[in-house]
Amino acid sequence: MAKLIQSTPVAFSKIYSLGAARGDLTVTNDEIAGPINSSDEWITQRTGIVTRMRASKDRSLMDMAVEASNEAIKKAGISPSEIEAVIFSTITHPYQTPSAAALLAELVGANPAPAFDISAACAGYCYGIAQADSLVRSGVAKYVLVVGGEKLTDFIDPTDRSISFLLGDGAGAAIVGPSDSPGISKSVWGSDGSKWEAVGMTGSLLDFRDGTGAWPTLVQEGQTVFRWAVWEMVKVAKQALEAAGIKADELDAIVMHQANERIIDEMAKQLALPEHVVVAKDIKTSGNTSAASIPLAMHALLEQGQIKSGDLALQIGFGAGLAFGAQVVVVP
Amino acid sequence: MALSAAEVLAGLAEIVTDETGIATDAIALDKSFTDDLDIDSISMMTIVVNAEDKFDVKIPDDEVKNLLTVGDAVNYITKAQG
Repeated sequence: MAKLIQSTPVAFSKIYSLGAARGDLTVTNDEIAGPINSSDEWITQRTGIVTRMRASKDRSLMDMAVEASNEAIKKAGISPSEIEAVIFSTITHPYQTPSAAALLAELVGANPAPAFDISAACAGYCYGIAQADSLVRSGVAKYVLVVGGEKLTDFIDPTDRSISFLLGDGAGAAIVGPSDSPGISKSVWGSDGSKWEAVGMTGSLLDFRDGTGAWPTLVQEGQTVFRWAVWEMVKVAKQALEAAGIKADELDAIVMHQANERIIDEMAKQLALPEHVVVAKDIKTSGNTSAASIPLAMHALLEQGQIKSGDLALQIGFGAGLAFGAQVVVVP
Repeated sequence: MALSAAEVLAGLAEIVTDETGIATDAIALDKSFTDDLDIDSISMMTIVVNAEDKFDVKIPDDEVKNLLTVGDAVNYITKAQG
């Protein structure tokens, strides 16, 4: 009887490196306050955002994804030809098909790696890391490029008071590969489609085609999302720590999806994190960049020297779906 | 044992003070959360969740918008304890 060969697992995986690219425009609260009849003070007080980085018309989602990926590949010390899977988490790739990932693989020199997109909004990067971890440890892929990238400003309404004023553009990239020691804990991830309408679009592309709706833009039910994001995600964060066998006081940093500083502060309070745990606050200057926010925030903490390679960080993404994902990672 | 309206008010005032720093004795039944106490939608949700925990009641998201005054919240919580 023929004997089937399956892939040979490896024991552990880790994040080798990160890369980051942001929008090229620094947009202040004053610049966007007019259409929502608001003020710098109102926006800062409710969101913690002082500026957000947005991409000009000439800087595309793919431009930022390539820039972030090239940095991650270089820092990992690998050749792009060694990448055996490309995962692109995004909700703002402006084509139904083909995937953004296939073009990204081509542009960074990873062709013919398998490439696919993930639609998990602000949880997308953590979903990507979960998939990369599985692909690496199962022996299916040696190195995986994971990108969370968004050009959200293509899908905002300047008069929307629910979410548009929070949003920025950017891309964060990670290389995941095999490791001699544990580098990515078991992911705690999931979804809650009963709240499918809590964050999303104002309508479908079919509505737009048929003239029954405007160009779809992002919108959310703020209070519903806030409640879920804080109190349900605290439970997920605790589950992720338990799955990792790590106590909160053993963490060096927590990198939450940069949705709103008030969510970050309330979740940190609920988790009763010790003083020494660095809480990422990239949102203050980058805004909410959905799938890009976690790698951008971790990259910023590294650049600023607030965390170092080898530190333990809990990363947790949550957003439209609703969808969530969390894992404890060793900082590259 | 259900709490009286006065007891709910006292407990709710503690929660509001903890979230906003507003003096407990300024939190009266006739005060509007937004107009008098200057509580925004995010703080309101924090108060709601803490009230759910403290009084062991459920306050659905759709109900929160009807709780305009401290008295509205006290009435809702007092009845929901039933």
